[in-house]
Amino acid sequence: MTAPNAWTPRIVGPDNQGPDVPTADVPTADGPTLDVLTPDVATSEVPTPDEQADGIETVQLLDAEAHPQRHATYSPQLSVDEVRHAYATMFLARRLDTEGTNLQRQGQLALWAPAKGQEAAQIGAIAALRPTDMVYPSYRELAMVMHRGLDPLAVFQIMRGITHATWDVEAHRFGVFAFVVGAQTLQAVGYGMGITLDGADEVVLVCLGDGATSEGHVSEALNFAAVYKAPVIFLVQNNQYAISVPTAQQFRGAPAARAGGFGMPGVRVDGNDLFAVHAVVAEAVSRARAGEGPTLVEAMTYRIGAHTTADDPTRYRSREEEDVWGARDPLVRTERWLREHGTEDGFFADLAAEGDALATDLRARVLALEPQGITDLYEYVLAEPSAALAEEREQVTAYLAGLEGR
Amino acid sequence: MVQLTMAKAITAGLARAMDRNDKVLAIGQDIGRLGGVFRITDGLQERFGAARVMDSPLAEAGIVGTAIGMAQRGYLPVCEIQFDGFVFPAFDQIINQASRLRFRTQGQVTAPIVIRLPYGGNVGSIEHHGESPEAYFTPTPGLRIVTPSTPADAYELIQQAIASPDPVIVLEPKRLYHSLKGEVDLDAPASGELDRARVVRLGTEVTLIGYGPMVSTLLNAAKVLADEGHSAEVVDLRSIAPVDWATVEASARKTGRVIVAHEAPRTSGVGAELAARIQERCFFALEAPVLRVTGLDMPYPPSRVETDYVPSVDRVLQAVDRALAY
Repeated sequence: MTAPNAWTPRIVGPDNQGPDVPTADVPTADGPTLDVLTPDVATSEVPTPDEQADGIETVQLLDAEAHPQRHATYSPQLSVDEVRHAYATMFLARRLDTEGTNLQRQGQLALWAPAKGQEAAQIGAIAALRPTDMVYPSYRELAMVMHRGLDPLAVFQIMRGITHATWDVEAHRFGVFAFVVGAQTLQAVGYGMGITLDGADEVVLVCLGDGATSEGHVSEALNFAAVYKAPVIFLVQNNQYAISVPTAQQFRGAPAARAGGFGMPGVRVDGNDLFAVHAVVAEAVSRARAGEGPTLVEAMTYRIGAHTTADDPTRYRSREEEDVWGARDPLVRTERWLREHGTEDGFFADLAAEGDALATDLRARVLALEPQGITDLYEYVLAEPSAALAEEREQVTAYLAGLEGR
Repeated sequence: MVQLTMAKAITAGLARAMDRNDKVLAIGQDIGRLGGVFRITDGLQERFGAARVMDSPLAEAGIVGTAIGMAQRGYLPVCEIQFDGFVFPAFDQIINQASRLRFRTQGQVTAPIVIRLPYGGNVGSIEHHGESPEAYFTPTPGLRIVTPSTPADAYELIQQAIASPDPVIVLEPKRLYHSLKGEVDLDAPASGELDRARVVRLGTEVTLIGYGPMVSTLLNAAKVLADEGHSAEVVDLRSIAPVDWATVEASARKTGRVIVAHEAPRTSGVGAELAARIQERCFFALEAPVLRVTGLDMPYPPSRVETDYVPSVDRVLQAVDRALAY
């Protein structure tokens, strides 16, 4: 006996959410109740690269005032044209990053993870690669996305809840975002092991943050990379915070210091210095290409914005600290260098106009984004057809059809 | 009695447990100065100090593993895992370690830890932030898993979980954290059995069984049915491991028709265990097969289509219509 399927939908829509659906990690603005106390305003704890007390050198080729710095090992490798190109990507990424925050504030995105302040670390590193080298991003690498020629709309699709990750990884040699912190590092090492097995002339750059270095799988990745001499560059963008937790509470041994314990060089670099990041990563890439194994690069930078739009940094850091680091803005520093090397106002004016146009176009395309229907998503669950999935898909299709027009 | 959101009720329950027993600790990412990404531990570090409300490094296995050790030292750690999708690095510490310690040592060593895990979808967020991972944990002997559906329940369950000598996962329905308010008796005793289901609406023709965020959906469905002249009983499991079978079976026998609902995928979900057990134990009382209304057998989808994934009132009613037609 089978049950009849006749039924009539009564309440069409997401009726089970309660009156106000909170965004995932947006707390209410209510103050604490009961007898718990309001925290004091956070005080500054985060030292700048010049003030690091652990004795590890920070490679710098262009200081915060854009004055060139000599270094025994590293020297600037970028031509004026290359710097212009790098700056343009950094600038446009900053512009779209701002648009991301705006769109989220206007309710058009579920979430935005600002990359503001980390552009030199991202572009300096990726500019040291060949287009054939593989990149495993974390989730904040908008500038790298743009450098690789991906349509930045792909990132906005994710943040709008349209798709999880949709770009051609092989064509762009750029992996999918990793929201489970640190998980990508092992995969990057495995990819590098494959390169070695193939005898290919390629390397892998994997991005992670200061917080990620606490995850067990990151330690495993560092060990595997060293053991197998995998051609991998670990780019730790040390932006000083894992959400609210400053590095002083995250670890006692800095990532650059830990690398040696795993059997690979660790180099700390001023992450807001485009020239230094590029030179240090280029050196690591040369080593990897020469079969000399992995390198960890700790790029000291600062997340000028919030962790995500759901975060409230005023709870854990001071305005003074933000100002100190804000004065080290990588865009400002690179712009100063460019101006001192003959780049005229027109270049910057054109770039600003290009950024506005890009943002306007992107905004329109974001607002026009429509998700695939849920039944279409069954295509991507298993590669081989499954009768069980096909049956469920039919049921869901029939159910949704029953709601139509109601 | 006070009116509290579910979030504030959990905060109050935690504070009360910490106030009553200085062995109770909290550990997790961003739970101290920030008060947690959902602000559940808001103000607790100021009140109880950084030694008892610990901002941990970003490492889930580290949080749960060290909690087991602290428990062996006599402390009662309450771990916060930031999001459902991020619990899996801690899987070994939960499954192989905490859950089996008592069995391995014939009761000599235990792991009385609590793992708070925000879960569930329809929150409009990105990947790994809307998952319902309970079925990865429910078959694990030695592990208790509870989930509240109201602020009062949340206040009670968090305290009972802390008091329990067993390892307990408290699945916290995150979409209700700030949207659901309810009466909470801050002086209510927080002792008693952890695995007690609750009949939250009496009815005669069909039993709707759910837990956590699904309970309000089932109650809404029961209201619609009442308007249509049908009487639905709603059972809130509260504990999904172990299950309070006496309450479940009594309701199944009474109505003869059972619908089970959860947000997690259907295959091998909690609903599968409920359906199997009910037909084993209540076969002659049943008028219809036990039907499941669940998430789909696919990874949790992008949030713009998640309302087609998470069971809605209409999907519950569709199943009820089928059951009543037998």
